[in-house]
Amino acid sequence: MNSNTPSAAVRPAAMNPANPFSPNQRAWRRFRRNRVAMASASLLAFLVAAILIWPLFSRPPLAPLLPPAMTHPPNAISDAQFQPPGGTHWFGTDVHGRDLLSRVCGGARLSLLVGLVGTAVSLVIGVLWGAIAGYRGGRWDAVMMRCVDVLYSMPSIIFVIVLITTLNALQGKWQSGPERLSDGAVQWLQFTALFGGLGAVSWLPMARIVRGQVLSLRHRAFVEASRALGAGHGRILLRHILPNVYGVIIVYLTMTVPSIILYESFLSWLGLGIQPPRASLGSLIASGSEQINSIRVYWWLIVFPGAMLALTLLALNFVGDALRDAWDPRAEGREAAEK
Amino acid sequence: MYFLKRTLFLIPLLLVISFLAFALVRAVPGGPFDRERKPASPEIERNLRAQYHLDEPLWQQYLRYLGGLLHGDFGPSLKYRNHSVSDIIGQGLPVSLTLGTAAFCLALGAGIPLGFFTAARRGRWPDYAGSLAALLVICVPGLVIGPLLIMFFAIKLRWFPVALWGTPWHAILPTLTLGLYFSGRIARLMREGMLAALQAEFITTARAKGLGEIAVLLKHAFPIAVLPVLSYSGPMLADLLTGSFIVENLFQIPGLGVFMVNSSLDRDYTMVVGLVLLYAVLLLALNLAVDFAYSALDPRVKYE
Repeated sequence: MNSNTPSAAVRPAAMNPANPFSPNQRAWRRFRRNRVAMASASLLAFLVAAILIWPLFSRPPLAPLLPPAMTHPPNAISDAQFQPPGGTHWFGTDVHGRDLLSRVCGGARLSLLVGLVGTAVSLVIGVLWGAIAGYRGGRWDAVMMRCVDVLYSMPSIIFVIVLITTLNALQGKWQSGPERLSDGAVQWLQFTALFGGLGAVSWLPMARIVRGQVLSLRHRAFVEASRALGAGHGRILLRHILPNVYGVIIVYLTMTVPSIILYESFLSWLGLGIQPPRASLGSLIASGSEQINSIRVYWWLIVFPGAMLALTLLALNFVGDALRDAWDPRAEGREAAEK
Repeated sequence: MYFLKRTLFLIPLLLVISFLAFALVRAVPGGPFDRERKPASPEIERNLRAQYHLDEPLWQQYLRYLGGLLHGDFGPSLKYRNHSVSDIIGQGLPVSLTLGTAAFCLALGAGIPLGFFTAARRGRWPDYAGSLAALLVICVPGLVIGPLLIMFFAIKLRWFPVALWGTPWHAILPTLTLGLYFSGRIARLMREGMLAALQAEFITTARAKGLGEIAVLLKHAFPIAVLPVLSYSGPMLADLLTGSFIVENLFQIPGLGVFMVNSSLDRDYTMVVGLVLLYAVLLLALNLAVDFAYSALDPRVKYE
């Protein structure tokens, strides 16, 4: 059934006094009932918690209580280079004899942070831009989408490189000026450059997709109906059109977080992203693939960071899928039909 | 008529893009000769800049560049100074085109059937298995899969060459590395599109008039369901055809992706603008084709 028309099956459920929950509450209930989703959400929460408290393990109150393999600091260099995974180093060690397990945890933390902030930036810009262009239509649409076309038609990597090298050069200038910046401030500047660069190049697909959806929705009967009932533009857009686009936005978001994480790792590989001795998952994988040779295979340098990356992305994707299913306006109709 | 107008509109669009690229690379601090062998005396650098007209005002340089473009001349590379930009593109483009087309075929050839099949079997085990496979491929990106493929199939089993470019045998691992990720994305978009299309009223109508399930899926749902895939494949193809830095770097393939990154790091101004223009022409042409196909497939979309 087409949910867009407020038909007999949908209306009674929404107005039923025995069902006092708002659509969002019902959506959360559907989400919590989805077992795969809850499992992935717990996995994600566990991963986030683990990588957040990991640095505490190498400090005094906790360190003596834990097995020694869990207490290696991420940047401690040792003579034990290229140790395969074993009792003292569960994930093995890298070229400088650093413990891979702790480096993977630290890398995952940076990767997640970059992915989430970058996605938030691109979400806000992309949805606003696309929804307004698609809804206004006509000349506005033409001008706004030509702007997107121009930006879209340039390889994003060039944009990012220009942005980041410029900001780094500026920062170098401030650094040599009379007022030296503290190391913390420098770090924040670098992160901001990275977030800005990643967010600024990744909102374009979102804008295009949202615009396309809104364009095909704005002449549908239910929009005409609410316009006939006297609803304003803002209300039509926010209450009637965007809820029909949420599914697509969420699916696209679940694709944006991973792609931003990947983009960041790509930049780290080029030496423009996270700077050593800090490492993101991407730069760990990159430094692992530098060690490929035909004599000895150091598989753990790629498999463990890669698996961590895959696990994180997999959990993110499952959660995103379940969110989409839960917020799908059509789910209301299905629920009503099941009763 | 609409599409004729849009094609004509591409010309000012490309002008804007070329100027933006031209201005952008010059906004970066530093110049193309910074990494030359030191010590280059100030006189040498001044002469170099004069030879490539870098000492003129920006608008004059841009007009000079446009004049060259009219004759099909992209100018000399500032980094590889005995090659012109056209030379370098001419050498790299065929390689990137071959690899990109192969990966594109893999992405569509594996992604569309998988998405279609999982949507048709929604909620049963083939759906779960297929969707999981599509998701796994997205979550294990080229950055990870490439080195793993090299280590396992090239170094351990010795089935494929480790790197370099030449025979079709060389192309298999890079194609997998490049294309698998996209096939997963295509499969997800396709499944999503099918599920949305199957809930539309015209599908109920088609079923009500007694059409077989296969006819409903293929003739009525598919053309609408493939639209998200279609709008994604334009930019995807442009990306694939101009080369991937990761794959070309991993497998030591002489394509364009490496130049795309290195030229902007080296401030090789003419090279950057040339590559940006190449990418832009490809992408705009593909987007036009996508929009054209859109209006042909979805009768609800009308361009006035």
